[in-house]
Amino acid sequence: MTTPTAVALEDAKVAFRLGDDRVYTAVEKAHLSVAQGEFVAIVGPTGCGKSTLLNVAAGLLKPAAGSVKIFDQPLAGLNPDAGYLFQADALFPWKTALDNVAIGLEIKGTPRAEALPRAQKWLTSVGLGAFAGRYPHMLSGGQRKRVALAQVLIRDPKILLMDEPFGPLDAQTRQVMGNLLLDLWNADRKAVLFVTHDLEEAIALADRVVIMSAGPSSRIIGDWRVTLPRPRDIFEVRLDKEFHALHREIWSVLKDEVMKGYAQSTQAAEAV
Amino acid sequence: MSRVTLLALQVLVAVVCLVLWQFFASVPVFGKILLPPFFFSNPVDVFAQIVKWFSSGVIWKHLGITLTESILAFVIGSAGGVLIGFWFARQPLVAAVFDPYVKMVNALPRVVLAPIFALWLGLGIWSKVALGVTLVFFIVFFNVYQGVKEVSRTVLDNGRMLGMSERQLMRHVYWPSALSWMFSSLHTSVGFAVVGAVVGEYLGSAAGLGYLIQQAEGIFDVAGVFAGMFVLSAFVILIDFGVTLVERRLLVWRPTASDGRG
Repeated sequence: MTTPTAVALEDAKVAFRLGDDRVYTAVEKAHLSVAQGEFVAIVGPTGCGKSTLLNVAAGLLKPAAGSVKIFDQPLAGLNPDAGYLFQADALFPWKTALDNVAIGLEIKGTPRAEALPRAQKWLTSVGLGAFAGRYPHMLSGGQRKRVALAQVLIRDPKILLMDEPFGPLDAQTRQVMGNLLLDLWNADRKAVLFVTHDLEEAIALADRVVIMSAGPSSRIIGDWRVTLPRPRDIFEVRLDKEFHALHREIWSVLKDEVMKGYAQSTQAAEAV
Repeated sequence: MSRVTLLALQVLVAVVCLVLWQFFASVPVFGKILLPPFFFSNPVDVFAQIVKWFSSGVIWKHLGITLTESILAFVIGSAGGVLIGFWFARQPLVAAVFDPYVKMVNALPRVVLAPIFALWLGLGIWSKVALGVTLVFFIVFFNVYQGVKEVSRTVLDNGRMLGMSERQLMRHVYWPSALSWMFSSLHTSVGFAVVGAVVGEYLGSAAGLGYLIQQAEGIFDVAGVFAGMFVLSAFVILIDFGVTLVERRLLVWRPTASDGRG
């Protein structure tokens, strides 16, 4: 392969110190690489450490063992090449939609007069051109996600990290957002690491679907290539025969982990 | 209920109270005046006193002094509260070391400091300003401290991932968050600035609303005391209205300006 590797996790282990000197290992021996221009989705049961893995790639968390390489360079501190789309609301509530998008440029020293028109252009391309003056609380959940997407993309990051970004949205809005994401991604094909608990969403969006086992000490237990043709339409692709075959195949593996994860979380609740 | 009805009812409450007051202060019931004028005065006399103050123009000087003291106390107290609040929130060690002392000083009823300030700073406006500052400072301090501490983790991470330096985080994340907490306590801190000024004047001064009330009390002029109280509350309501206007402009981004935190 000649395409460079955007993100490479090698043997990454993430552990957290619990209050009483016990150590909780969230993820163990994680091997994962995302090539430039590749869209990889990570799917796993709740509490399996998918988001943890993403935070490691972002540099927000340091792995206890193993290495993280970004474009073949070991990562120290925050990942400057990555744009991060959070699950929770991460917009600055005291800035208007326009200012929220423009800030990404202003931080880099772009003059405000130049940043604002570019921010306006990005707002338009996520379909919110008319909402520039609104504050986040005046926007719906889906609209806030669009602003957040524009905020991240205006910086033109080489890698896009997404932590269940559409999780809080309703089913229809999710599909619309998925299509929007694919459209924007198609324009310049960044490397994407997309965490979700929704297998259908993962298959519909990604080039590769990676499955994680139930936590604690969860591992990557499966890696499937999705060969559905692009450009895709999320509404249509779900009717595809290949989509169904792949879904059935991955689900047969994922199902056991989901049950295990569920059993563990209920046991943990009983133990407390 | 329509606005007009509501306003009418509100006015009605005032009218009933004033009429009852006037009635019991001037008409004997069962051969006895229930509110002896010496102790309770009556609305007509109080009103006459207020009119006299305003028509002779005496009151402006006193209002001016009290307003100056309140504004100075508010500005100095807020500036100190913001600075120290920020510093403590960013330096947990400093906060931990000073914590018991902050609690101790805050637990102290500030009125007992008035004689000390009068000794140190004389009977002019500065002893009153100092008293107001000790009141305002802690409100602003605690709010700013809280505001910096409770910045949403996600918003902070987002700022970092967008490439903000520590200084930019300060300016775009910590500062607005702290300010929003400070503004949500604006009514309280402005109110306390006035309390500090008036109490200081009451305990020893040569001018101001507190001085007016204290003077009237000294010669058993109950009408003067009540008149001073009415002017004072009207003064505070006006200031509060101003604060509401400022707040509405500055906190447009907040879901509802009224869901007060702190």
